[in-house]
Amino acid sequence: MLRFILSRLLQAIPVLLVVITATFLLVRCAPGGPFSAEKAVPPEVVRALEAQYRLDQPIWQQYLSYLGDLAQGEFGPSFRYPGRTVNELIAGGLPITAELAFYAMLVAILIGVCAGVIAALRPNTPQDYLPMSAAMLGICMPSFLMGPLLVLIFGIWLEWLPVSGWGELAGDKLLPAITLGTGYAAYIARLSRGGMLEVMSQDYIRTARAKGLPERVVVLKHALRGGLIPVVAFLGPAFAGLLSGSFVVETIFQIPGLGRFYVQAAFNRDYTMILGTTVFFATLIVLFNLLSDIVAVWINPKLRHQLSRSR
Amino acid sequence: MVNPLSAASAPERGTSLWRDGWVRLRKNHLALFGLAVMVFFCVIALLTPWIAPYGYEQQNLQLGASPPSAAHWLGTDIFGRDMLTRIMYGSRVSLLVGFVATAVALVIGVLWGTVAGYAGGRVDAVMMRLVDILYALPFMIFIVLLMVVFGRNILLLFLAIGAVEWLTMARIVRGQVQNLRHQEFIEAAFSMGLSRWIIIRRHLIPNTLGPVIVYTTLTIPNVMLLEAFLSFLGLGIQPPQSSWGLLISHGVESMEEYPWLLIFPGLALSITLFALNFLGDGLRDALDPKASKD
Repeated sequence: MLRFILSRLLQAIPVLLVVITATFLLVRCAPGGPFSAEKAVPPEVVRALEAQYRLDQPIWQQYLSYLGDLAQGEFGPSFRYPGRTVNELIAGGLPITAELAFYAMLVAILIGVCAGVIAALRPNTPQDYLPMSAAMLGICMPSFLMGPLLVLIFGIWLEWLPVSGWGELAGDKLLPAITLGTGYAAYIARLSRGGMLEVMSQDYIRTARAKGLPERVVVLKHALRGGLIPVVAFLGPAFAGLLSGSFVVETIFQIPGLGRFYVQAAFNRDYTMILGTTVFFATLIVLFNLLSDIVAVWINPKLRHQLSRSR
Repeated sequence: MVNPLSAASAPERGTSLWRDGWVRLRKNHLALFGLAVMVFFCVIALLTPWIAPYGYEQQNLQLGASPPSAAHWLGTDIFGRDMLTRIMYGSRVSLLVGFVATAVALVIGVLWGTVAGYAGGRVDAVMMRLVDILYALPFMIFIVLLMVVFGRNILLLFLAIGAVEWLTMARIVRGQVQNLRHQEFIEAAFSMGLSRWIIIRRHLIPNTLGPVIVYTTLTIPNVMLLEAFLSFLGLGIQPPQSSWGLLISHGVESMEEYPWLLIFPGLALSITLFALNFLGDGLRDALDPKASKD
């Protein structure tokens, strides 16, 4: 197991290097220097700024020193807001985005797993069709449509919940979390239904039933663990989706999280900011994929066995 | 000389598979409904310049934003432009992005997967390792980055989305080809002296078509979602061009006063995604029974 984790960690390194290099080159290829659009600036100021952002050095030197900064956990300064750094923005925005993602994941897993399991207990009956149709609705209703519609219904027409903000008014975290979570709830419902259906037809479930265990125990203790393996494998990619989903949700609900900063940086063409945030996001996503791979092996005895045998 | 084996066996095998699939698909009413909706939308999109009730930029400032009425079935926006017309024109861009970007993914994925699966050995290992690495990259963020750096160009959008979506296609095709490669009819073709390229083109690719069609149908809605997502953020399609994502984004700005500006483009997008997903699921059950979800 330890060897597996180590080897996956080693595999993540080239991926991260590719990400950093590609992002760095892309941002450097961007047409127009960061200061070219500003009003006429004295050349000595430009030179001073370029020196400050190391733009006077050859590109490979810039690249190497950026790698050095990254190794020390420095994601770089912001072009647009002198004095601010990507690290500060991450420190300010990350807790909010993490909280939002956590609630959204909670919504997704709770609703998704319940719906999937309920559907799998009586396949091809209304008890199956109803939650699965709802799941289809969730998949076909992207967050940038779901969010505004929820705001319209619960915020504006019914006036039950605040329409924007984060942690300012009671209940203002509810709509963003639901908006971000429902799409994943739908996927998780489909995955857990499929996983449960497969597991429920296995011999060990029949054995458990033959032992006279109540159905509740069979489902919750025996079947659920195996049935949820596809869901666990999905959580890594889902996390990446949650991050990009936070771009939309934080923009709709005016939440001062990382996603909104990222979109703003994209509009401001704040290149160092984009570079730093992209590298940060990418690192997070790679790490979460790694984590979900490891958990998938850990909860699946079959895979664990294969690992120890192949050694 | 016409090759008797390939001439006789290939088409017959093909038709039976397709006829089989069609029979199964016909029993699936949801999938048929999805197919009908898609055909309808595509025909409308193609004919839009001739059948749209109003001009695309035709304004009526006196009318302003008005709710649905007999003259404007889906209402008008704040400039008095007919929403039905705008949604019809938007469908052209949305569907075009869906189909073209999927086609890009299809071509790259099928070629990559076929070559890797057919070559096997070290070539296969290197090619699929590359796919693994690309898989781990956070592409969503890269597409945003691409659109920021190189401007919001529709051609770039096609390429960027296509370049992301080919990975799964390559994996599916490679798996298929690996299975097929050791079957007798491929060996027979080889022993008859056919060149590798002909074997790949005539025997391998046609036999992978079932799963490929299924996955293609399921890729189109993903691609359309991606385009709508980017356009919603203002990083995709730019005015004066229009797509459903952009219309939704404009609708959100004034949804409090004029909710129909959000609801109708949203409905158009959702119905299309529904139709394509149902069609894709139906095709999977019909053409690729092994991969069906239960």
